[in-house]
Amino acid sequence: MQLDDLYRDVILDHNRRPRNFGGLEPADASVEGFNPLCGDRLTVRLKLDGDQISDIRFEGQGCAISTASASLMTEAVKHKTRAEALLLFDRIHELLTDDAAPPAEELGKLAALSGVREYPARVKCASLCWHTLAAALRAAGPQPPSAVTTE
Amino acid sequence: MNNIALAGRPVDFDVQALRREFPVLARTIRGKPLAYLDNGASAQRHRSVIEAVDDYERRHHANIHRGVHTLSQEATALYERARDRVVEFINARSRQEVIFVRGTTEAINLVAQSYARPLLQPGDEILITHLEHHANIVPWQMVCEQTGARLVVAPIDVRGEVHFDAVVALMSPRTRLLAAAHVSNALGTVLPVRRLIAAARERGIATLIDGAQAVSHLPVDVRELDCDFYAFSGHKMYGPTGVGVLYGRERMLERMPPWQGGGEMILTVSFAKTTYNALPNKFEAGTPNISGGIGLGAAVDFLQGMDREAAHRHETALLDHATAVLGKIPGLRIVGTAADKASLVSFTVAGVHPHDLGTILDEDGIAIRTGHHCAMPVMEYFGLAATARASFAFYNTFEEIERLAAGVERAARLFA
Repeated sequence: MQLDDLYRDVILDHNRRPRNFGGLEPADASVEGFNPLCGDRLTVRLKLDGDQISDIRFEGQGCAISTASASLMTEAVKHKTRAEALLLFDRIHELLTDDAAPPAEELGKLAALSGVREYPARVKCASLCWHTLAAALRAAGPQPPSAVTTE
Repeated sequence: MNNIALAGRPVDFDVQALRREFPVLARTIRGKPLAYLDNGASAQRHRSVIEAVDDYERRHHANIHRGVHTLSQEATALYERARDRVVEFINARSRQEVIFVRGTTEAINLVAQSYARPLLQPGDEILITHLEHHANIVPWQMVCEQTGARLVVAPIDVRGEVHFDAVVALMSPRTRLLAAAHVSNALGTVLPVRRLIAAARERGIATLIDGAQAVSHLPVDVRELDCDFYAFSGHKMYGPTGVGVLYGRERMLERMPPWQGGGEMILTVSFAKTTYNALPNKFEAGTPNISGGIGLGAAVDFLQGMDREAAHRHETALLDHATAVLGKIPGLRIVGTAADKASLVSFTVAGVHPHDLGTILDEDGIAIRTGHHCAMPVMEYFGLAATARASFAFYNTFEEIERLAAGVERAARLFA
């Protein structure tokens, strides 16, 4: 059944016990992401050590897909450089939207998000945190922070 | 299905026969029979609506009004007949009082821009309620920005009820307009609109009722209500999308300037001076949604031809049944428990986000709506980002509600 493919054990686990959940003070960047479609909001906060993400946490309310995606994301990008994190964002975007996306084994646990592709209405749930991360990485640079939406 | 669950149900209403008149209800979704419980967002089309639109498109299409050829005259007759049907449906005094628009949203914007905007002075007030749909909030905010008027919001209580006294207490000498829903789309609350309209009239306050959620459930008589404006959409009353109605009291509409300029709304045009057409055409610039209007007329025919009292009893029984079976599910909270409710249930389930619930139910062929229902202030009042909403029509069955409850329980187990 397709539902099992969407709500894989990894997703259910990260929804139940989101990792890196909560505030982060002080943070080098804090950006709120908003999905006007469903009203879900989440805030991504991160610290940089040079070019490397030394810590990242998120909080907010969202569906299982959105919460699990954010939880998995924070695990995956912690200790990565900005460029590596943005590259991963592109890779996840492809995984979520492109039926011809190459196999996702090298993505590890993040590969669990591939089930979302069969549910176009839910892609934004999974991608909200990633868009927010990209904005946070930009915000930690020279530009001022901005609000993010999935629209 | 469980026949015992049907014991004591009204039997004067043949749901299965009625369902066969709605072609889409025969569909399967992911191999399961469709249980369409999203009627508050858009109701399904009756066969006669589909046939009326199809017949028009195949046999009678031409632009309406002013054409001297046969097709144009036929199209005009069909379209204007639909207007006559609406006049009768809502008991308007005349066809001058029935303006065809795109839908409820456009109707409210028309009143905001054509009635309220020229009238409002800085410090004047528009009174709405806390449970309005965004379509009955934002047009007023816009006109307030344009004029310096103030938006005043009447409160709701924890049951999702709007109290007559609380609204009246906010009517001031500066109140120019009361704009309120007849039925709340997010919670199902039926508002005491008749009394509110009477209180407003006593104080010289104009009234607009957002009837989008009401026309499919309740008989609407604009003369009995005595409101100045009443707005509704075709697609929530089993008709097409892209067509709706603004009812306006004739002497109000007469005083209002046109909203949009163009063809049809004029009598004569020269570069020096344009004179406007009479009602209702003054407010109907451009070629309208002709097939939509004709479909709406067919929807009125269908509703007028059925036993609406029996249909309403069935809907009420569905609401009672849903409230009972959903209420038994641990962790499920019904949001909106007004004493007088239309047939919809808004709810949350502990540990299950409404979006996940919507996806899981869809797997079972069950269509519900999830989210903020374009009523974010209502969600905020209850401290929620979203709810799940099952909204019923007279073609829904008790079995569909059993399936809904089973699906909710399955989702709760998945996320436990």
